[in-house]
Amino acid sequence: MPTHTFKLNGKQISVDAEDNVRLLWVLRDLLGVTGPKYGCALEVCKSCTSHINGKAFNTCSVQVKDIGPTDEVTTIEGLPATVGKDLHPMQEAWLKYDVAQCGYCQPGQIMAAVAKVKQARKEGRDITDADLDELRNICRCGTYSRIREAVKAGAEDMGA
Amino acid sequence: MAEHRRSLDRPTDQPTGGRGLLGRRRVLGYLIAAPTLAVGVSWIANESDPRPADAAVPSLPQPVDIFDLGDLQNLAAAPTSGLITVELKTDGTAFFAVPRAEVGQGITTAFAMMVAEELDLPMDKVEIGLADARPELLMNQLTGGSNSMRSMYLPVRTAAAIARQRLVDTAAAHWGVAAGKVTTKAGVLSGPGGRTATYGSLAEAAASATTITVSAELKSPSEFSVLGRPRNRVDGHDIVTGRKQFAMDLQVPGAKPTMVARPPTINGTLKSINNLAALRAMPGISDVVGITHGVAIRGDTFGQCIDAIQKVDATWGPGTVDDESDATVLAKLRAAQLPMAVPPVLSQTIDAEFVFAFASNSPLEPDCAIADVRPDSAEIWSSLKVPIVAQEDIAKQLGLPIDAVKVHVVQGGGSFGRHLFHDVAAEAAEISQKMGKPVKLSWSRTDNFRQGRTHPMSTSRVRVNYLAGNVLSYEQRHTSVQTDFGHGLGEMITAFAADLPVGGNLSFAETIFELTQSSPYNFGVTTQLLNEVPLKFNTGSMRNIYSPNVVCAEELVVDRLAAKMGQDPVRFRRNFLKDKRLLAVLNKAAEVGQWGKAMPKGTAQGVGVHSEYRAAVATLVEIDCRPETVGRPVEGEAVTGPRVTKAVIVVDPGFCINPRGLEAQMIGGLQDAIALALTSSLHIKDGIPLEGSWDNYFYTREWNTPLDVEVVIMPNTSDSPSGAGELAVAPAFAAVACAYARATGTMPTYFPINHGTLGFKPLPVQPSTPQSPTDGLDHTF
Ligand code: FES
Ligand code: FES
Repeated sequence: MPTHTFKLNGKQISVDAEDNVRLLWVLRDLLGVTGPKYGCALEVCKSCTSHINGKAFNTCSVQVKDIGPTDEVTTIEGLPATVGKDLHPMQEAWLKYDVAQCGYCQPGQIMAAVAKVKQARKEGRDITDADLDELRNICRCGTYSRIREAVKAGAEDMGA
Repeated sequence: MAEHRRSLDRPTDQPTGGRGLLGRRRVLGYLIAAPTLAVGVSWIANESDPRPADAAVPSLPQPVDIFDLGDLQNLAAAPTSGLITVELKTDGTAFFAVPRAEVGQGITTAFAMMVAEELDLPMDKVEIGLADARPELLMNQLTGGSNSMRSMYLPVRTAAAIARQRLVDTAAAHWGVAAGKVTTKAGVLSGPGGRTATYGSLAEAAASATTITVSAELKSPSEFSVLGRPRNRVDGHDIVTGRKQFAMDLQVPGAKPTMVARPPTINGTLKSINNLAALRAMPGISDVVGITHGVAIRGDTFGQCIDAIQKVDATWGPGTVDDESDATVLAKLRAAQLPMAVPPVLSQTIDAEFVFAFASNSPLEPDCAIADVRPDSAEIWSSLKVPIVAQEDIAKQLGLPIDAVKVHVVQGGGSFGRHLFHDVAAEAAEISQKMGKPVKLSWSRTDNFRQGRTHPMSTSRVRVNYLAGNVLSYEQRHTSVQTDFGHGLGEMITAFAADLPVGGNLSFAETIFELTQSSPYNFGVTTQLLNEVPLKFNTGSMRNIYSPNVVCAEELVVDRLAAKMGQDPVRFRRNFLKDKRLLAVLNKAAEVGQWGKAMPKGTAQGVGVHSEYRAAVATLVEIDCRPETVGRPVEGEAVTGPRVTKAVIVVDPGFCINPRGLEAQMIGGLQDAIALALTSSLHIKDGIPLEGSWDNYFYTREWNTPLDVEVVIMPNTSDSPSGAGELAVAPAFAAVACAYARATGTMPTYFPINHGTLGFKPLPVQPSTPQSPTDGLDHTF
């Protein structure tokens, strides 16, 4: 079985897995990193959203062989460390606005939100309702209203 | 059952018999013989909700007016509430195991608040766990019908109050002072002379050597400092850090990922596997066995199970509804509609029929259960709302005595009625037994939509006779594909049948219908009846069972009536509503939502009202049906359509335990309602739903959600809480439908309104779970 190596939440790791296994299962089933959730494995629900080199992506739809040794994968577990704090400002905002209900979608929601804010910033602007309308993450508990408030608040605290 | 009479009009701000909002009440419980302080409660919540008889009303009270589903569950819970316990540990924390399922509705937070309040303990010192299946709790361990708050509010507080009293008595004895001189605050006891002791330091001393009956006083609401104040969820931190564990996240030794290749029609069966050896030889696959409804595959990763599903060559037997499609089901429903009783004579008549498509109960977390079945015992982990029934059934299925089966309740990633059923846990047990190994079974997303539980298709026919400004009769005939209640409510009803105010030989579903439905209007002769067609779909009572469809139909007809009588919809409702609490929420919603303001053409307001679970809600929405909005571009597969741009939800919950949590439930219910009205349904074709992913089943998404949502919680009108988990769906569904009708000038009669056009390309029916994409890196942002 091939060995794959990449950077996961700040640490270089290696793992034995068949090439085609999607990263979500490598993380969850082989490495025990369960923050990214399985909601569809069809690149639709976005509950598996994590970051690769700082950008949001769906771990359910990437084969582990496509992750290179220098790629940095960040899951919700590793998000606070990216800002050197116990909690990322977006997580703080999620707590402040008491966003979660069952919580199943929320790791993916937070990871998507952080990337969306960064994307807007790169374009030199603040996050807008139109940006938020582009988020495809499902929340079957219907927490959308609070998600929107929290993303805006978290964006402010993320700084420039 | 006089004490169960329900009147929303009750002047509830008056203390009843020295109790109620102002008085303290004395309650009884047990000190249980244990190493540290432990309290059990035998006091029953029956008397908590004394409601005087209704004033005479022109429409006779329907059964739900005097006794509703929550009352039934309270009644059923009564004999066993005594087994609910609060334990104090030496580290000063109080532990309370909730005999309920937490699936996102916030009950753990609410229970922690109750314990913190009566025990004078900080919230972070209250630990709430989910209880395993406890057969002795009987039906008290059923989470559904939004009854958790109603049936548990007093027993839980009582247990905490008794624990506090015992600590006070213990400290007083130690210090040689009168108990009245000892006070409690934030987990610390204080006495004369500056003496203090932490709860933890007295946990052992306060323990009782024998089980004895004691009493304590509950705080009166005016003394509350926790209950009624907004609190964030107790599990918020675990959730945002990814630490909250759902069934799939649990590491049970040897329980490897397992999935099932399923037949091409609902409930199809497996006849043979034609390539068993090839499947077993696939990379990462450890076991393949045939089971009743498919081919179970166990491997190192779920991904490899999905790979193997692609290769399954099996022969399938028929399912239970192979010949059914939307049109055939609708024809059967129409054939089964009960006749109206009042003929349209000498009056004007409105006749209307509404159709509601099948909807999916699926939460976001795919169904998951872990099972470790050994020759003489079994252990199950899953999110189960009725774990006792699961335990019983699984024991029977495995051929084991009940006490050899241990059932652990795991937090669920949503439920919406799904976790009332334990079919997934039972299937995991079947697989584990056949493989002789522990398994972590997950249904795939596609399995959930195609083989999972659905809210059944139904029709609602309404006939109203009116004359000279009066409504003479209101008749509603609801006809539904049979709803499966085979999860414990059935036993509850049978056990307490004699106590119910619905007479005769009503079927089980009819009983539920009678206990949950009632028209809030003075419409003369009023009858609402249910008939069911026994088709073998996998159905279940989705969030709020019948109410969303029944209320939506009723409110659309009310709007039409108002128009015929030349009245504005809000004014019309004001004239005909029976009770003051509904009137109050309606008036508030009209005021906050600026009812009647000028709106551009193609946009409109709509309003809906509903009372259930001893609460009253009015919802006012604004909808935008202009072509540029309906056709707004969203990248990728997406349904846009009309957009609800604003919503005001006004709720009178009786007593509000946690405004933050209540508001969350209202917002969630609103999003469900928008989906049911505009976008989400299952299309049945040749015995299976076409929907297979969230881009087919269009639950509300960010681009459908209103930008402006306001929830107004009315001042408390009672001292007991009402159910909240499902409350918002029906009135919001009605409001959206009514707004749509006003914006477009056409009353919608088929829901969701987009059901007629298939907005996606269906995934193939076989393989039953599609392969995952590989292009994720092309879509980063
Ligand atoms: S699990 Fe990856 S998008 Fe749904
Ligand atoms: S919080 Fe339950 S799915 Fe989003």
